[in-house]
Amino acid sequence: MSATTFDAAAAARRWRPPPLIASPLLRYAVYLGALAYALLALGSIEVNWTRAAEGLDRAAAFLSGFFPPDFVTKWEDIQEGLLESVTMTIVSTAAGILLSLPIALGAARNLAPLPVYLFCRAIIAISRTFQEVIIAIIFVAMVGFGPLAGMLTLAFATLGFMAKLLAEDIEDIERAQAEAVRATGAGWFSWIAWSVLPQVKPRLIGLSAYRLDINFRESAVLGLVGAGGIGDTLNTAFDRYEFGTAAAVLLIIIAIVLACEYASGMIRRWVQ
Amino acid sequence: MAVINRPGQPPLWKRRSTVQDLLVWLGWLAAVALTVACFQFISERTIWAFVWDAPRQGADLVGRMFPPAWGYADQLWKPLWDTINIATLGTALAVLLGVPLAFLAAHNTTPSVVFVRPLALFIIVASRSINSLIWALILVIILGPGVLAGILAIALRSLGFIGKLLYEAIEEIDRTQVEALESTGANPAQVLSWAIVPQVMPAFAGITVFRWDINIREATVLGLVGAGGIGMQLEASINTLAWPQVTTIFLLILATVAVSEWLSARVRHAII
Amino acid sequence: MAEPLLVLTGLTKRYPTGDLALDGVDLAVPRGQVMALIGPSGAGKSTLIRCVNRLVEPTAGSVRLEGQELTRLSRAALRRARRRMGMIFQEYALVERLSVMENVLSGRLGYVGFWQAWFRRFPRRDIEQAFRLLDRVGLAHMADKRADALSGGQRQRVGILRALMQEPALLLVDEPTASLDPKTSRQIMRLIVELCEERGLAAIINIHDVGLAQEFARRIVGLRAGRIVFDGPPEALDAAVLTAIYGEEDWSRTIRRSDQEEDMAEAAA
Ligand SMILES: Nc1ncnc2c1ncn2[C@@H]1O[C@H](COP(=O)(O)OP(=O)(O)OP(=O)(O)O)[C@@H](O)[C@H]1O
Ligand SMILES: [Mg+2]
Repeated sequence: MSATTFDAAAAARRWRPPPLIASPLLRYAVYLGALAYALLALGSIEVNWTRAAEGLDRAAAFLSGFFPPDFVTKWEDIQEGLLESVTMTIVSTAAGILLSLPIALGAARNLAPLPVYLFCRAIIAISRTFQEVIIAIIFVAMVGFGPLAGMLTLAFATLGFMAKLLAEDIEDIERAQAEAVRATGAGWFSWIAWSVLPQVKPRLIGLSAYRLDINFRESAVLGLVGAGGIGDTLNTAFDRYEFGTAAAVLLIIIAIVLACEYASGMIRRWVQ
Repeated sequence: MAVINRPGQPPLWKRRSTVQDLLVWLGWLAAVALTVACFQFISERTIWAFVWDAPRQGADLVGRMFPPAWGYADQLWKPLWDTINIATLGTALAVLLGVPLAFLAAHNTTPSVVFVRPLALFIIVASRSINSLIWALILVIILGPGVLAGILAIALRSLGFIGKLLYEAIEEIDRTQVEALESTGANPAQVLSWAIVPQVMPAFAGITVFRWDINIREATVLGLVGAGGIGMQLEASINTLAWPQVTTIFLLILATVAVSEWLSARVRHAII
Repeated sequence: MAEPLLVLTGLTKRYPTGDLALDGVDLAVPRGQVMALIGPSGAGKSTLIRCVNRLVEPTAGSVRLEGQELTRLSRAALRRARRRMGMIFQEYALVERLSVMENVLSGRLGYVGFWQAWFRRFPRRDIEQAFRLLDRVGLAHMADKRADALSGGQRQRVGILRALMQEPALLLVDEPTASLDPKTSRQIMRLIVELCEERGLAAIINIHDVGLAQEFARRIVGLRAGRIVFDGPPEALDAAVLTAIYGEEDWSRTIRRSDQEEDMAEAAA
C-alpha cells in the first residue's frame, strides 16, 4: 500500500511500549517525587514495637470477644444507644434535607444575588470541610452532651452535602431551560415549582436514601465526643475492655448498615 | 398515571389514580409522624435550659476563640505532616488490599461465585460499615497510640470503599474486548491485565484520588482517639480549654482540606 | 485424502433460555476456502462461529480443527488451539485504551508468558511482523495512537491484524462490515479475502449483505433457524434459494448478476 518501502525492522527496533506519562521529564519527576515522599513518610512513622508486641494479647482478647459476642450483659445500654442513633439519623436527615433546599437555591449561580450566593456557598464549604466529629465538638460545647448535639451535627453535614449537589443540578437546569420557561412568562416561584423541583426530585430521593445510610454510620462515632448514639455505648465498652459487648455493637452496626444499603438500593431502583 | 373512563364523557387524565394518591399521602404522613416521634425522643434526653443558653454560649465561645493563637502554628507542622502521611499511606495500603478484593468480588472476575465472592463482599461491607474513627479506637487499644494506628485505620476503612466502587466498575466493562483477547488464546491472567485492567484504569484512578481527598478530612480527627495527626493537638487544646489554639488548628485544617480538594480536582482532570 | 481443515458434525447449541440456536449442523471447510455464512437475524450465525472457538460451549456435536477434536479440550489445550483461529468482530472489539501496536501485538498473547506480556517484551520478530502488517494496511504511522482515536475502517483493519498475528489457519469473522459505510465495507472485505489468499487461510464470514457475499466468497452457506438450507457457489444463489433462506421477498434487485457487472465495467471504461 505504501509508496516508499517501509523498513519494518528499523521501526521495530525503535518501538518502545507506550509509557504511562508521555513527557519523560514529568514522568521522572513524578516517579522520583513519589519515591522521595514514600521514604520520608515511612521514615517518620515511629512505632513502639514493644508496645505493639504487647498488643497481641489485647488483639487476641478483642477477637475472642466475637466468639461469641455478648448481646446480653449491656443490652439496656445497647438498646438506648441504638434508639438514640436511629432517632438522630432520622431527624437529622429530614431536617438537613429541608434546610438544604433554600441553601441550594441560594447557592445556584445566576439564580441568587451575589451576597446570598456567597453566604450559602460559605455554609456549604464549612460543612464539607470539617469532619463531622469536629462539628460535633462545637455543638456539644454549645448545647451540652446528648443526642441533640449529634442530631444538629448530622443535620449540618447533610445540609452541606445535599445543597452542593442540588445546587449543581439547579445550575444545569437553569442553563438549559432559562429561556424556554422565561419565554412563557412564568414567575420565579412557579418556575421553581414546575420546572426545577420535578427534575431534581428523583435525584433528591436517591440522595436522601444514600444520606440516611451515611448518617447512620456517622451517628456511630459521634458518641466518642459526647454527642450521643451507639458510639457512646461502644466507647464505654472499649474503655472497660468489655470486648464481648463491643463485638456485639459492631455486629449490630454492620447488620443495620447492610439493611440500609439494601433498602436504599431498592428505593433508588424504585424511583428510577 | 391513570386514565379514568367515565361513561358518556371524555376520559379524565390524572397523574395518579385515587388509591395511589391516598397511599402517597399516607406515606408522607407516616414519615412526618416518625420524624416527630424521633424528635420527641431526642428532646426527652436534652436539657433544654442549656439549649436556650446556646446563643450566649456560642457567642462566648467565639469570643474566647478569637484572636487565634498564631504562634501555636509552629508546633503544628509535624502533626500536620503526620496527618497527610496517615491519609496518603493509608490510601496506598487500602489500594494494595482493595484492588485484589475488588477482583475477587466482581461477578466477572471472581474465581468462585459461591465461595470467594460472598466472603469478599462481606469484607467490603464490614470495612465500610465501621467508621475510620472506630477502627482507630480498636487499633489504638491493640497497637498503642501513634501514627501507625491511624494509617491502618484509614486503610481498613478505605479498602471497602475502594473495593466496592472498583468492583462495580469491573462489572460494567465491555465484554467483547475480553472475548476478543480470550479468542486469541490468551490465558486468564493476560486477559485480566490486557483487557480488564485498561478498561477500569480511569475509574480506579478517580476512586483513589476521591478517597484520598476524603481521607485527608478523616485523618484530621483520628488523633482524638490517639491515632496520630493533628487531632491529637486538637484533643489536647480542647481538654485544656485553650480555644485560641483550637481556632488555629481549625484554620490549618481548613487550608489543608482546601489544598487537597484543589489538588485532587486537578489530578482527576488530568486523568479524564 | 486428508481431512478438511474444519469439520463440524451434528453441532447443536441450546441456550439456557431454551432457544435452539443450532440444530445439528454438519459442515466441512477445506484449507484456504473463504466461505460466507448468510441467514436472517437470529438464524444462529454468530452462535455457529462462537461454537467453533468455544466462546460459546456447544451442547452437542463435534468440532474438529486440523484433525483435533475441540469440544473436549481442557482449558489450557483449548487456549493453544484458539491460537489457530483468529476472530474478527463486528464492533472491532479492540481494547480501546491500548495503542494500535499493543492491540496488534495482543494477537501474540497466546505465544508469550504473562510477565513478557505485562512488560510488553515481545520477541523482535513479532514486533517486526506487526509493523509489516500495519504498513500493509497503511497504518504504520498510527502504531502509537490509541485505538479509540481511529475511524471505524481503521479499527477493523487493526482487528484483522490482531487475528493475523495469531498465525491462524482459520479466520472466524462475525459481520465485519455491519458498522461501516459501503465503500469501506468493500475495502475491508477485499482485504480479508486478499490476506486469506496470500496466506492460504480459510475463513467463515458471517454477513448480511448478500451482494458482498457473492462477490467475495467462493462458497456460500445459508443458515435458517439453526439448520443449513443452502450450500453452494455464489452463482447458484437465486431467488428461490434466497426465499428458502430468508423467506418470501422480491429478490430481483439483491442478486448480483455477472452480466450487469460487465455492463458497468464497460460503461466505466
Ligand atoms: N447469550 C444468549 N442467550 C440466550 N439466547 C441466545 C444468546 N445468544 C443468542 N441467543 C439466541 O440464539 C439464536 C441465534 O442467535 P445468533 O446471535 O447466533 O443469531 P445471528 O444469526 O448471529 O443473528 P444476527 O444476524 O442478528 O447477528 C437467537 O434466537 C437468539 O435469541
Ligand atoms: Mg450475529
